[in-house]
Amino acid sequence: MTAAGRSAGRVARGISPPGALFAVLGLAALLVPFMTIAANRIVAGEGVMVWRLATPAAALPGVACIVAALLVGLRTHGQPLRLAGAILGLAGLLWLLVQGAPALLADAGDYARVSPAIGFWCLLVILMLLMADALAQMTPGPLARTGLLSAVLGALALILWSGALSPLSILQEHAGRSGAFADAALRHLALAFGSLAVAGAIGFPLGILCHRRSGLRASLLPVLSLLQTIPSLAMFGLMIPILGWVGDSVPGAQALGIAGIGFAPAFLALVLYSLLPVVGNTVAGLAATPPAALDAARGMGMTPGQRLLRVELPLGLPVILTGLRIVLVQNIGLAVIAGLIGGGGFGTFVFQGLNQTATDLILLGALPTVALALCAAIVMDILVDLTRPTPKEAA
Amino acid sequence: MIEIDRITKTYGDSTAVDGVTMTAETGTITVIVGTSGSGKTTLLRMINRLEEPSSGEVRINGESTRATKPHLLRRRIGYAIQGHGLFPHHTVGRNIGAVPQLMGWKKDRIRARVDELLSLFSMEPDAFRDRYPAELSGGQQQRVGVARALASRPDLLLMDEPFGALDPIIRARAQDDLRRIQRRLGSTILLVTHDMEEAIRLGDRVAVMDGGRLVQHATPAEIIAQPATPLVADMVGDVERPLRLLSLIPLSELLEEGTAPGEAMPAEASLRDALAACLWSGRSAVPVTVDGVPSGRVTFEAIRARAELHA
Repeated sequence: MTAAGRSAGRVARGISPPGALFAVLGLAALLVPFMTIAANRIVAGEGVMVWRLATPAAALPGVACIVAALLVGLRTHGQPLRLAGAILGLAGLLWLLVQGAPALLADAGDYARVSPAIGFWCLLVILMLLMADALAQMTPGPLARTGLLSAVLGALALILWSGALSPLSILQEHAGRSGAFADAALRHLALAFGSLAVAGAIGFPLGILCHRRSGLRASLLPVLSLLQTIPSLAMFGLMIPILGWVGDSVPGAQALGIAGIGFAPAFLALVLYSLLPVVGNTVAGLAATPPAALDAARGMGMTPGQRLLRVELPLGLPVILTGLRIVLVQNIGLAVIAGLIGGGGFGTFVFQGLNQTATDLILLGALPTVALALCAAIVMDILVDLTRPTPKEAA
Repeated sequence: MIEIDRITKTYGDSTAVDGVTMTAETGTITVIVGTSGSGKTTLLRMINRLEEPSSGEVRINGESTRATKPHLLRRRIGYAIQGHGLFPHHTVGRNIGAVPQLMGWKKDRIRARVDELLSLFSMEPDAFRDRYPAELSGGQQQRVGVARALASRPDLLLMDEPFGALDPIIRARAQDDLRRIQRRLGSTILLVTHDMEEAIRLGDRVAVMDGGRLVQHATPAEIIAQPATPLVADMVGDVERPLRLLSLIPLSELLEEGTAPGEAMPAEASLRDALAACLWSGRSAVPVTVDGVPSGRVTFEAIRARAELHA
């Protein structure tokens, strides 16, 4: 091997492979339009490059932060530094938005709209992946992750509350319907968490029954799997005639708000989708008890109820909670479709936006949904970790 | 006293245990030994009604096991199994205190009992009480499993291959521990194993099972000297029979006046150990101490004569 080859080998060992990928993609993303400006909220906009956003002096700090983040991300060690770099990069992105939006709007018409464009979104994803990569290697404990999530959410709330981003089109859309947005958020949460609660209340006892009776398990799980395979649009559509009929023919049903369209059919569809993960994971969790521990529990004189409460449930809890995590994340996403049958939630904005070809209105529905699902996933992961039956160092 | 009275277990057409009658005296260890499929584990599990007998009954101190609800019966009978069956999510202390807790003992009493048992099994209570089973070695896990079975001072302790998962050196230590603790507490133990060596080493009485039937129930010496069937003889091992027999007899039995050269052995050591010492060091006798005091000798010739008695 030549001296040059050896030194190249040494350099390659010092570079993190994902970091290299992020750096290449990130630098490329700086060369595509960072924001768009459009004459109004409907027409297609015109892309604006990073260096045309504002005065070079205003844009430079932001770009410098992003480039620095990508370069620090190349390192294989010093994860806290990589994490700090990623956060600096995200701050740079924010800086560019805050500097660019008013500058672009300054010499445009009254109805002009600015939005983040492909370059911004790519960089956002890349920097978040970089952050996740650094975090994954630091393996923070449940407490640290809770703190980090709170800090990120707090920072996001502070930025939105400060109004620094309000010139952006998506926040203009929000400003016009802030009351409706709050209602939709509440409705979305009610759909996702309510259906989770009902699915848990039904699925949990069903799972325990299935665990005890293999006959029931053999017949019930295929039915639930079948429900799971119905495409979501079809499922929501199917609920309309069924609940419509119930609302018309069962006395008092309409008084309870049960009708072919609206909250009830969306809620029911979500509950049906949730049953398989809840029942399936309950059965799997309870079955995961070591056979010797179960035999010992019987042999020492525990009743079936005591075995369930003291041995099977505590040992199965992480698997059961993983089922609830699947349901929660799935339902937050699926609840968007409720907007289509009048069930409310963030889906309302998505479908309004699609009808009006107003991209930023679609985003007003989609972005909170994504953020909500992400937070739910992180919180549930923390809960799963906290319920591990033995401390980590013992495993 | 445990009386097993014409107990039978059938599964469909096959008979796992076939009319076994057997009595185990209080304060003794009875080892049930057999090959796999001999019905030994089923027999054991019928005593605490983990399996319900098809016919026949078991009486503990005169009282039929059918007179009590199964889960209440089991709380009075200790149960230790192969692979210990400890609850991985509970500390050592909670594992050992499991049955007393089921029986509603007060916290202080459970804690005192846990510490007492840990000390009995040579495990420092402060160091082990709050650990999890996964943090223990195999031998320690097994000791905690036996301690848990003893926690509520049961009338009877059932053990199903309790040492099966241990390596030979640790297994020998665990067997010695069990013997020591059983002597100290006066427990009544029924232990199942496939290992005749273990049966002879531990048992006051050995019960040999074959094809669901009890083929011989006798003292270890009788099992070695007069095996009832070819299978029992096979399990004892023809070549090793004299040595196994000698391993059951303490030096005190052949103690005589006189002196001998070389290192002394305690009177509780077995004739097999003395024979080995004679052969290895080329001596014709070994000196013997009783409670540390030189008290005579045991001769090679006497050992040879004793082995020829076959009993």
